[in-house]
Amino acid sequence: MSATIIDPVFVARGLTKTYRMGEVEVQALRGIDLELHRGELVVLLGPSGSGKSTLLNILGGLDTPSGGEVFYLDHKLTGATEAELTRFRRDHVGFVFQFYNLIPSLTARENVAAVTEIAPAPMKPEEALRLVGLGERLDHFPAQLSGGEQQRVAIARAIAKNPAVLLCDEPTGALDSATGVVVLEALEKVNREMGTLTVLITHNVGIADMADRVIRLSDGQIVEIRANPARKQARELSW
Amino acid sequence: MLRALDLKLLRDLWHLRGQVLAIAAVIMGGVATLVMSLSTYDSLVDTRDRFYSEYRFADVFANLKRAPESLAERLRALPGVERLETRVMAGVKLEVEGFSDPITGLLLSVPDAGEPRLNAVHLKRGRMVQPYSSDEAVLSDTFADAHGFQPGDRLAAIIQGKRKVLTVVGVAVSPEYVYQIAPGAIFPDFKRYGVLWMGRNALAAAYDMEGAFNNVALKLSLGVQPQDVIDRLDALLASYGGTGAYAREDQFSNRFLSEELNQLRTTATVFPAIFLGVAAFLLNVVLSRMISLQREQIAILKAFGYPDAAVGWHYVKLVLLIAVLGVAAGTALGTWFGQGLAHVYQETTFRFPYLDYRLNPRIVLFALLVGGAAAISGTLFAVFRATRLSPAQGMLPETPTVYRATVLERIGLQRWLAAPSRMILRHIERRPVKAFFTVLGIAFAGALMMVGNYQKDAIDFMVDVQFRQAAREDLALTFIDPTSGRVLHELAALPGVTHVEGFRDVPAILRFQHHEYRAAVYGIQSDGALHRSLDRRLEPVAVPPGGIVLTDHLAERILHVQPGDMLTVEVLEGERRVLQVPVLGITRQYLGVSAYMQQASLNALLREGPVVSGAYLAIESGMEQAVYERLHERPRVLGMVANASAIRSFYATIGEFVLFYTMVSTLLAGAIGFGVVYNSASIALSERSRELASLRVLGFTQGEIAYILLGELAVLTLAAIPLGMLLGVGLVGILVLSFTNDLYRLPLLLTPQNYALGASVVIVSALLSGWIIWRKLGRLDLVAVLKTRE
Repeated sequence: MSATIIDPVFVARGLTKTYRMGEVEVQALRGIDLELHRGELVVLLGPSGSGKSTLLNILGGLDTPSGGEVFYLDHKLTGATEAELTRFRRDHVGFVFQFYNLIPSLTARENVAAVTEIAPAPMKPEEALRLVGLGERLDHFPAQLSGGEQQRVAIARAIAKNPAVLLCDEPTGALDSATGVVVLEALEKVNREMGTLTVLITHNVGIADMADRVIRLSDGQIVEIRANPARKQARELSW
Repeated sequence: MLRALDLKLLRDLWHLRGQVLAIAAVIMGGVATLVMSLSTYDSLVDTRDRFYSEYRFADVFANLKRAPESLAERLRALPGVERLETRVMAGVKLEVEGFSDPITGLLLSVPDAGEPRLNAVHLKRGRMVQPYSSDEAVLSDTFADAHGFQPGDRLAAIIQGKRKVLTVVGVAVSPEYVYQIAPGAIFPDFKRYGVLWMGRNALAAAYDMEGAFNNVALKLSLGVQPQDVIDRLDALLASYGGTGAYAREDQFSNRFLSEELNQLRTTATVFPAIFLGVAAFLLNVVLSRMISLQREQIAILKAFGYPDAAVGWHYVKLVLLIAVLGVAAGTALGTWFGQGLAHVYQETTFRFPYLDYRLNPRIVLFALLVGGAAAISGTLFAVFRATRLSPAQGMLPETPTVYRATVLERIGLQRWLAAPSRMILRHIERRPVKAFFTVLGIAFAGALMMVGNYQKDAIDFMVDVQFRQAAREDLALTFIDPTSGRVLHELAALPGVTHVEGFRDVPAILRFQHHEYRAAVYGIQSDGALHRSLDRRLEPVAVPPGGIVLTDHLAERILHVQPGDMLTVEVLEGERRVLQVPVLGITRQYLGVSAYMQQASLNALLREGPVVSGAYLAIESGMEQAVYERLHERPRVLGMVANASAIRSFYATIGEFVLFYTMVSTLLAGAIGFGVVYNSASIALSERSRELASLRVLGFTQGEIAYILLGELAVLTLAAIPLGMLLGVGLVGILVLSFTNDLYRLPLLLTPQNYALGASVVIVSALLSGWIIWRKLGRLDLVAVLKTRE
């Protein structure tokens, strides 16, 4: 499915975020305006400290902006309560992290089930694991899986609830390039087959070629939004 | 200037302050009980020894009917006797204006010329009686304080049926009556029993003992065995109505004091051991966690050239600091408890002229050693791991924890368990030893609570058995001498008396093989409704004719006789007959030990008619005062004990004691319960904050992740409740076993309320810890945790 741009999934207007770190105020975001659409694969590029994780966390309902507004479809995320944000994450958002963050005491299948058990319309855990190519390793505990496999369990866990949006913060950051490609293929497959809006943070320029759009941040501001005329396939990438 | 590593130590402690305080509180509990018991023990022993020696407490005592003063010379000539004092001792009724309950008193003579050679008294107020004064008396302080007597006040004593008005000239305490209790009474009753001292001449005149004595106290030369002297004394006094001499260790007040001191020693070992064991476990858990969190720091320190030993010492110092904190707080608390306990003892039980509470520095040093040793022994393994970690290893992330499916799941229960429940079970099963010790630690909190509350239940139970099952009379009265049974009809005819049962009691030595015991043999009514003997199930049982029935402790532990054996009864009265009497049964009794026969059988053995030594009365409610007054007028009535008022006054006396123990045990049980639960929850939170935060990000609510963490806690807490009850029974069992003697036996008794209290201290500590953890879960930093590698 190609990226047909209809109504936006996320709309952000004038987002700012200021952290206090001890004595110092840090301006992480300085006025972000952005629209993200259904089915898109968007890469957020930027050096560390550019504000890309802050932006992702605000979109995912993990953090709240200091100023501006964010809308998910017709829900306003700014000003939502902690309980409403939890509900939003639970029902609509899939997260993938750099360090997988699997539950060590649960098997691959159960890690996925932990999420599907509380989601309104999930797929079967086995189905999600097959989608990322782990249909054979259902009953392994995280300690028995390689890094790449663990990250794919994390992707299966993120998509199993059929989320409207998949947010990935440096999903290949802790992996070697060959394993990274396998993980990206899984993300690409999910994005293509399920039409999930996928936002992917990286500071690895090579990965940007698989995106529909590349948004480059620097110093808390969007410095460039570039549409790729043709998406490269994940297996063509290397870094 | 502190070294960098020491600064790290202090900051680590500060960072862990909640857990540090919780562990220090557990150490504090142990040290507090240790310091309290040992310091009170020390203070009591010091005070006792000083008091005994300053006031010349005798080594051997003997009572007799009457002997001429000239006999004293012969007694003094006995080998081994260093000093001797003859006395006149009289059991009397007392009258105090405005107090209508019967009061019994004991009048003791003091020499008219000079100080008593033995058993001197310490004056707290006023003065001693003047030589040859006829109506002056010194009162024991318990009795004087209970009635507010001051020097110059008056009271009356009925001596041999004659009323004599006495003037109080002083208030005193005596080494003989540190613990004061009426003969035959179960509890001390300061209002209804008093000891009084009078000049020898005045008392002898009033008691028809001029030129004679009926009590003698002896001081032995150093190294002399009391038993040799006792045997010779008994032989000499037999023809003067001697009722058997006894040594200081069998002297009632001293005996009771010794038993109490034993109790303190047990408290000083059993309870601190529990606390320090739990503290050692907690320190192990906390330090293991800390060392695994600080792997990289350890690696870097070593990479920069810190030797292994320096790293190990660094963590030992941390543990020692926590121990020192606990020992310091425990010493302070223990001293406070000790002062409280000493005060309560002085007020309610033991009367010394002074009770110097002193905290011997030796005890503090000992507490420090024990606390430190427990702390270090608990953490040796974790520290050893830190010293063994190689820098290269330490830089690598720790290998992920390996989990597996639990037994419950392998037997097919997995489909009933959602993912969070599986997480709980697997986490517990992964470290069963830790889980077990956690459960054990929490269980001890419940058990300690039960031990603390056992005391009150046991007392209630013993009072119930004694006064509502066995001795059900409203009033027990004794006659000056054994009297014809006809007197019972007169008593029954008194207005207000609804039932009368006579009894005959006689002092005797009971012997079987080489075992012997001095006791009173009671002849009671076989069909008695007031005074009954109870079988092992505490059911009233009739005493069979022709033989003797013994209290279980007396039969089994002291005389080693069984029903069917022939017991030698050496009567210490009248013709002093030596009789062979078959043992026919065993009775249960918690206070004192006794031998029972049917009154008719005892009369027959003594070759006398239906003679009684006293009577048990049931009195119509509301008529008590009238009956007391009528009986008080009767010259042959020596003393009266009213049960109801005795119980009331006993409860008033021990109320403070029970309150003190309940307070201490609740505080300590709470400390241990909270310490264990809070620590395990904190460690669990630290170990799992990452996965819990991940779940929060994935859309789990705070309640749902709390379920995973607190659910585990709940499982452990629930497991701890029955185990705690079991341990509670065990600890009470230890108490029961260690306090079994002829003065009292404790019942193995745990009421449902006590079980409930044990469970509630566990539940309350769990809820409190759960609440703190819940608040911490609310502050979980979701974003930060995703950015870090564990």
